[in-house]
Amino acid sequence: MQPDPTPEAMLSVRGLKKVYQTDGGDIEAVRNLTFDLRAGELVCLVGPSGSGKTTLLKCISGLMAPTEGEVLLDGKRVSGPPKKMAVVFQEYGRSLFPWMRVRDNVELPLKNQGVPKAERDKLVDEALEAVGLAHVPRSYPWQLSGGMQQRVAIARAIAYQPEVLLMDEPFAAVDAQTRADLEDLIRTIWKKFGVTVLFVTHDIDESVYLGERVIILSSSPTVVQEDIVIDLPVDRDQLETRSLPRFTELRHHVYEQIQLAKKGHRPAAAGSPADSTAGSAAG
Amino acid sequence: MSSNTLASGGPVPSVGRDRRPGRKLPAKQLLGLAGIVGFLATWELIPRLGLIDERFLPPASEVILALGRDFGLTAFWLSVGETMVAWFLGLIIAVALAVLLGFIIGSSDFLRRATNSTVEFLRPIPSVALIPLAVLLFGVKIESSLMLITYAAFWQVLIQVLYGVADVDMVANNTAKTYGLGRMARIRYVVFPTALPYLMTGVRLAATVALVLAITAELVIGSPGLGREIALAQSGGAISGMYALVLATGLIGVLINALMRLIEKKTLSWHSSVRSEVIV
Repeated sequence: MQPDPTPEAMLSVRGLKKVYQTDGGDIEAVRNLTFDLRAGELVCLVGPSGSGKTTLLKCISGLMAPTEGEVLLDGKRVSGPPKKMAVVFQEYGRSLFPWMRVRDNVELPLKNQGVPKAERDKLVDEALEAVGLAHVPRSYPWQLSGGMQQRVAIARAIAYQPEVLLMDEPFAAVDAQTRADLEDLIRTIWKKFGVTVLFVTHDIDESVYLGERVIILSSSPTVVQEDIVIDLPVDRDQLETRSLPRFTELRHHVYEQIQLAKKGHRPAAAGSPADSTAGSAAG
Repeated sequence: MSSNTLASGGPVPSVGRDRRPGRKLPAKQLLGLAGIVGFLATWELIPRLGLIDERFLPPASEVILALGRDFGLTAFWLSVGETMVAWFLGLIIAVALAVLLGFIIGSSDFLRRATNSTVEFLRPIPSVALIPLAVLLFGVKIESSLMLITYAAFWQVLIQVLYGVADVDMVANNTAKTYGLGRMARIRYVVFPTALPYLMTGVRLAATVALVLAITAELVIGSPGLGREIALAQSGGAISGMYALVLATGLIGVLINALMRLIEKKTLSWHSSVRSEVIV
C-alpha cells in the first residue's frame, strides 16, 4: 500500500499512525505519515503545537509502538530503541543524570555497550571536544548553565556514534543567544560526523536556518503538510544567511503553511508522500 | 567600561566587607550550647531546691559523675556493645530485606497494587506488640531483640524505597532506554540513584527506631544490653546509675543520627538537598 522507501533511505517512516486509547475514547494523534531521510541528511520537522511531533519521535525512537505503519532504520524495522540511533531530549536537566559527572554521563551508554576503556576514553574526549566542553569533564551537569548542559547531552549522543540523531526541540528551553550558538554547533557536528539528523522544532526560523529540508506537519491528526528543500548555501551564518532574500522567502513560505495547518487546512492528497519542492511552492 | 564608571562613582559601599573575621560562625552553636547548659542547670536546681525528692531525681552533677564512672567500667562497655550489635544487625537485616523487596515491588505496578493494602495493614502494628511472640519464639536471647528491631526498622525503609523507586523521571528513563540500557542496567544506573536519597532518609529514621526497639527489648524481655542494665539499676535502687544509663542511650542516639547525616552528605553530594549553590 505504501510506496517503497527510496533505496538510499537511512530512516524511513511508512504510513505511520498512532491512536491513543483513553477512557474518554480513542484519540488519533498521528493519522498517516510517510517520509524518508537519506543517509547524511539534516531534516527539520516543524508543525503547529499539538501536531503529534513528540508522538512521532517516540515511535521513531522505538519508545512507543505505532498503531499502524512502520519505521525503518537502514532497512530494518524499528521495534525497540535501535542501536544506531541517539536521541537528544528537550529537557536536558532531566535527561542528564545529576548523580554522574559530565564525563560519566557521556561515557555511560558506551560502558553499557561494553566498548573497551581505551576506545571509550577516545570517543568521550572527542565528543566533549566537539561540543567545546573539554574543560569540564569533572563537573556535575547541574553545575553548568542550561546551554552547556544541552551540549553535554549532544556530546553523549555523538560519543554513541549513531547513524541517526533525533533531536526533540532541543533548544526550546535555552535563551536566544545560546540557541544561536547551539544551532551552529549542530551544523558543524552534522558536517563533521556525517550523521543523519532529524531535528524537531516548533521554531520556523530555526527549521529554515538549520535544515537541508523542512517537513511541515499538519495539525492533529497529523499528516505531512509539505516537504520542502531548503536551497540555502551549505555554509550558514547567523547574520548573513538570515539576511538572504531566499531565507526570508522560505521562512515566509513555511510560516504560511503553518498558519494554514493551524486553521485546519490539509494537503489535497492527505497521506500521499508530498514531494513538492520550495521552488514550485514558494517561487 | 563599567570599571571606569564604578571608580568615579563615589565611595564603594562596604556591604560585603567582613569587619570581624573571627566572630562569624558560632552564633547558632552558642545558642545550642546555652540551651544544654540551661537544661542541666535547671535539672541541677530542681532536686537541690527540694522541688522533687533527690531519691527520684538526683541532681545532674551526680548523674554525670555516675556516667563518668560507667565510662571506666568494662561491664558498661560490654552492655553498650551488646546493644549496638543488636541494633546494627537488626538494622542491616531490615535494610537488606526492605531494599530487595522495595525494588521488586516498586518495579511492578501489579505487585505494588497487590501489596499496598497489606503493607498499610502491617506497618502500623507496633513492634512492642510482638514482644510476647518474640519471647515465645526465641526466649531471652538476642534473636528476640533482632526480630523486634527488624520489624520496626523494615517498614521505615520499605516505604521510602517504594516512594523512591516510583520517583524515577520519565525523561531519564527514556534516555536510558534509547541508549540501549536494559532492565538491570536501568535499575543500577537510573532507579537506584533516584531511590538513594529516599533510602538514606529511610535508613536514618530506621536507625533511630532500631535503637528505641533495641533498648525496649532489653528492658522488657531482659536480653543482655543497656536496657537490661537500666532495669537492673532501677530494681537495685541505684537511681543515679539508672539515670546515667538513660543518658548514655540518649548520647548513642545523638551519635547515630550524626553518623547517618554524615553518610547521607557523602553519598548524596549530587542531590539538591545536599549540594552547594550552582557555581558556573
